[in-house]
Amino acid sequence: MAAASGPTAEELLKELAPQVLGVLLRRGAPFAAAEDAVQEALLEAVRRWAEDGAQPADPRGWLVTVAWRKHLDAVRTDAARRRREVRVAAAPDPGPTEQSDDTLLLLLMCCHPSLSRPSAVALTLRAVGGLTTDQIARAYMVPVTTMAQRISRARRTIAGERLTRSGDLGGVLHVLYLIFNEGHSGTADLSTEAIRLCRQLVRTTEDPEAQGLLSLMLLHHARRASRFDPDGTLVPLDSQDRARWDTALIAEGVGVLQGALALDRLGPYQAEAAIAALHADAPSARETDWPQVVTWYDELVALSDTPVARLNRAVAVGEADGPQAGLRALADVPEDVHRHAAVEAHLRERAGERQRARELFILAARRATSAPERDHLTRRAAALGAGS
Amino acid sequence: MARYLLLKHYRGGPQPTPEGSVPMGEWTAQEVSDHIAFMNQVADDLRERGEFVDAQALSPEGTFVRAGGEAGRPVTDGPFAETKDLVAGWMVIDVESEERAHEAAAFLSSAPGPGGRAINEWIEVRPFLTEPPTVTD
Repeated sequence: MAAASGPTAEELLKELAPQVLGVLLRRGAPFAAAEDAVQEALLEAVRRWAEDGAQPADPRGWLVTVAWRKHLDAVRTDAARRRREVRVAAAPDPGPTEQSDDTLLLLLMCCHPSLSRPSAVALTLRAVGGLTTDQIARAYMVPVTTMAQRISRARRTIAGERLTRSGDLGGVLHVLYLIFNEGHSGTADLSTEAIRLCRQLVRTTEDPEAQGLLSLMLLHHARRASRFDPDGTLVPLDSQDRARWDTALIAEGVGVLQGALALDRLGPYQAEAAIAALHADAPSARETDWPQVVTWYDELVALSDTPVARLNRAVAVGEADGPQAGLRALADVPEDVHRHAAVEAHLRERAGERQRARELFILAARRATSAPERDHLTRRAAALGAGS
Repeated sequence: MARYLLLKHYRGGPQPTPEGSVPMGEWTAQEVSDHIAFMNQVADDLRERGEFVDAQALSPEGTFVRAGGEAGRPVTDGPFAETKDLVAGWMVIDVESEERAHEAAAFLSSAPGPGGRAINEWIEVRPFLTEPPTVTD
């Protein structure tokens, strides 16, 4: 939310733009036309509000009125050009319950199941996040023409879809999770953007999984300063300087999680957030409540039995009950799962099997999907090579 | 979202098809033009899908260079003709899944060659390393 001093006009417009877009979509404007109309209204707002020296009392209502008028103008111009009869339905008044749903409806539209995930990510950042196409292209390190195509293709795909309230909220959560988790080092701060979008979502729904996802994001974001050395070296959780974790974000994340758990509808994001909260609560890796972490992984596997969840559970079992127990838990995990070799290497090293651990770290480094992970695993292998 | 390198080789890969074994120098001018037009079409299709990142062709001429004074002076001939593999060029794509990367590579492989028949050349698909994920536990 905006600080008590009040948002700047720019912040306010960024916050209101998706809401106004949602209103236009609800009134039946096609997606691309609605976006154009909102953009024009934003430009007019910047100009007019500066001239008048003040914002209108109801900036949102002002923007809706202007954007809708811009849209009608465009429709009439277009219709006149094509010599078609003008048929514009009267604008329905937005009811009181509609307003808070605008952002949710827009998110449901942008994350529609008919879109590929990259397309949904791009459209969400553009239409809801208000990022420019250029910013999104740089964040994902693709040419701006490619990103422009991806977005316009996504718009065409959803052009015929109807906006309904009973859309796929799980799809929205997954897209926001992807935006947060991609961790690209581009110019736009996507993690912060994902948190901002998830906050908006949480304000519009009572969904405990949306809250669980927000909590998960906040708790991981809190570790941000400690995840890399100044030279870019990856620092794993057990070696991070916990004094650098952001205690305000942790407190907020834990608070959001408690609110979600109180609704008593547990889901995978809440379980993952609970695990992150246990780590956040521990003064060191050694002092972590590992049995409790294992319990939450059991919940997670029961809710969503994925190989990755089982793999991470094996790590926790290894910490709670020793490396042999961890290796037994790992036996349930398919070997082709990403990071399987890395986890087994770690457990073998703790079990004293240095030679086997070294071979597995070398294999894990070959299979790493990121350079910092690869370098970290190569160093672990090298450390076992010396004097063993 | 994942980024892949689609690597075209002059030689190399598993067993080549008969069409893929005829050097381009022995094709007709029209066959060469059709092949290049197909490559451009593939790139345009990828652009239209919002998946295109880069496409480059490499000259077969190259030089090996290394440190080490006289012993490391540039090498431009000799072992080159005998090397079993030469990279001809690449496309870089940004796609939803490995399956989609394989699909795009298979299409790229089906470029026309002698007699207008698909050469079905081997395309090597290599994932790029990414940034590590934010959520790790």
